[in-house]
Amino acid sequence: MTAAVVRRRRRAAAARAARAYLAQPPGVAGAVLLLVVLLLALAAPLVVPPDQLSVVAATGGVLDPPSLEPSSTAFPLGTDENGLSVLALTLTGTRISLLVGVAATVLSVVIGTVVGMAAAHFGGWLSAVLLRLTDFFLVLPSLVLAIVLSTVLERGVLTIIVAIGVTAWPSTARLVRAQTLTIEARPFIERAQVLGGGHLHVLGRHVLPAVLPLVLASTTLAVGSAIVAESTLAFLGLGDPTTVSWGGMLKSALDSGAITAGAWWYVLPPGLAIVLVVLGFTLVGRALEVVANPALAARR
Amino acid sequence: MSELPTTAVAADLAEPPRRGRGTAVFVLRTLGGGLMSIGLIVVLGFLLFRVLPGDPVTTMTRNRPGNPEQLARLRAEFGLDRPLPAQFVDYLADLARGDLGTSYVYSRPVTEIILGRLGPTVLLTGSALIVSVVLGLWLGSRAAWRHGSVFDRLATGTALVLWSVPTFWLGLLALMVFAVGLDLFPTGGMTSPGGVDGFLPAVLDVAHHLVLPCLTMVAVVYAQYLMVMRSSLLEEMSADYLTTARAKGLREDLVRRRHAVPNALLPTVTIIFLHVGLVVAGAVTVETVFSWPGLGLLTYQALAVPDIPLLQGTLIVLSVAVVLMNVLADLGYRLLDPRVRAS
Repeated sequence: MTAAVVRRRRRAAAARAARAYLAQPPGVAGAVLLLVVLLLALAAPLVVPPDQLSVVAATGGVLDPPSLEPSSTAFPLGTDENGLSVLALTLTGTRISLLVGVAATVLSVVIGTVVGMAAAHFGGWLSAVLLRLTDFFLVLPSLVLAIVLSTVLERGVLTIIVAIGVTAWPSTARLVRAQTLTIEARPFIERAQVLGGGHLHVLGRHVLPAVLPLVLASTTLAVGSAIVAESTLAFLGLGDPTTVSWGGMLKSALDSGAITAGAWWYVLPPGLAIVLVVLGFTLVGRALEVVANPALAARR
Repeated sequence: MSELPTTAVAADLAEPPRRGRGTAVFVLRTLGGGLMSIGLIVVLGFLLFRVLPGDPVTTMTRNRPGNPEQLARLRAEFGLDRPLPAQFVDYLADLARGDLGTSYVYSRPVTEIILGRLGPTVLLTGSALIVSVVLGLWLGSRAAWRHGSVFDRLATGTALVLWSVPTFWLGLLALMVFAVGLDLFPTGGMTSPGGVDGFLPAVLDVAHHLVLPCLTMVAVVYAQYLMVMRSSLLEEMSADYLTTARAKGLREDLVRRRHAVPNALLPTVTIIFLHVGLVVAGAVTVETVFSWPGLGLLTYQALAVPDIPLLQGTLIVLSVAVVLMNVLADLGYRLLDPRVRAS
């Protein structure tokens, strides 16, 4: 087969996938939503001057000490208990949510893919042990485990990423294992092995490319869960205290009595932001799932 | 904190299992697997707190520098001055006696504290689980049956949005609207301060406090049951036996309830139990928001200090509980599934 033919086929396959994706309105809506969120996250430091996030330089909160202030022209979404603009805080929080969500998911997907492929490919006692371990971690209450990990390790963004990443991999491992088993039952794998392809060759050149589309779809869904997990850990006070995050904002809201004061402008924006971002990832993930596995389309 | 169960995962879990093996072998295997998981939890509980951060004293004193003498005294108190294998043996011996150590904050045995907090958590998660399962399965089967209808799209859409909502935020909103704004429900706790006289008023008082936390958990949890039930029923929809049932002249409603739903229920039940850990996770945040005096709130209070023995205790107890529920589910699955039973 000449390279030109391969290229043409790849282009045709990509076009087919794109068409299958675009045929799903919810997926398109999710993609647009995520694009907007990404732009906001990138633009946040340009739009929000640093002094708007500094408690010392807070301009809101005319009372002394500064307090919650409802929406005004200067602060479209009001202020928090320190007189900082809720709008500026919410915009800034986008960055850490996306960063932790994506990084933790990449970590968990890498672990899950390696474990899943190894469990399906090698068989024997290694497979039995890996499967046992996967089922064990699948069942464990992962949030409780993540809480413990972020308590015993040094506080910081990296700890949160690790805590979520190492507790969220089992479902990916399950998915990858099932998919690897299906693919390795096909004749072209046997052909590759007969021609002398080693484990690495078979896994890397034949199994991985076939597993990837489904992994990509499940990854996108997992980012949403990771973002919820990040905000939950931050809400419980396990986040990095030096960065602005949505979960951290909601913790301050609860601690500062914004709930009893009825300060809806402080409670709604960070929560709605989480919902929108997670919903975006969920919609895109479900659409990608259909592209990877067209049989699903009939059941959506 | 696990993704929305996709149909692919559901299909993997529902691989027609364990055909042709004796019941006794199956029961022993399941129990053995459960024991192994509990063993892993015990080891994890040791490693997480003693090996990862250096030692518990490092974690506890991270933000308050103490003098070397104090640190040494604390280490001796926890038995940390002994070699690691000896510590592990001590830890196992204590666990075997049901001794989870002494809480740093309460200065009482961790086992005693946890036992005292167990009831409220069982009440909250139990009632939330029952309501979510009933609601999720019912809505899910209706949505699948009328696939593509307005009802289906409305139910799935709501479920997807609710799935994206962090539990604690929903709790905060419920608190702000129904407890503070409308003043319909108490803002927290399990009983009214001062207490109430009489048995029935006391039950009603607890129920009154239970409404908001329970509904908050239900709102987030039922969504995934709905999605799983819907997708596994959709897999049954084109099955031949449904055509036969209709050809017999069975009413549509009976075809659904007697023929399709029981088959779709099996993978769903497995996933419900597999994700019980998620409900436990929900309990941590919901109990924190509503000051519900259970294990979740205890975990939150322990991590804030951090009270290492207490945190270790809640981790072990919650994980073991989840493993036990899964073992029960595996055993129950065998009773439920006629295909597995007959073989």
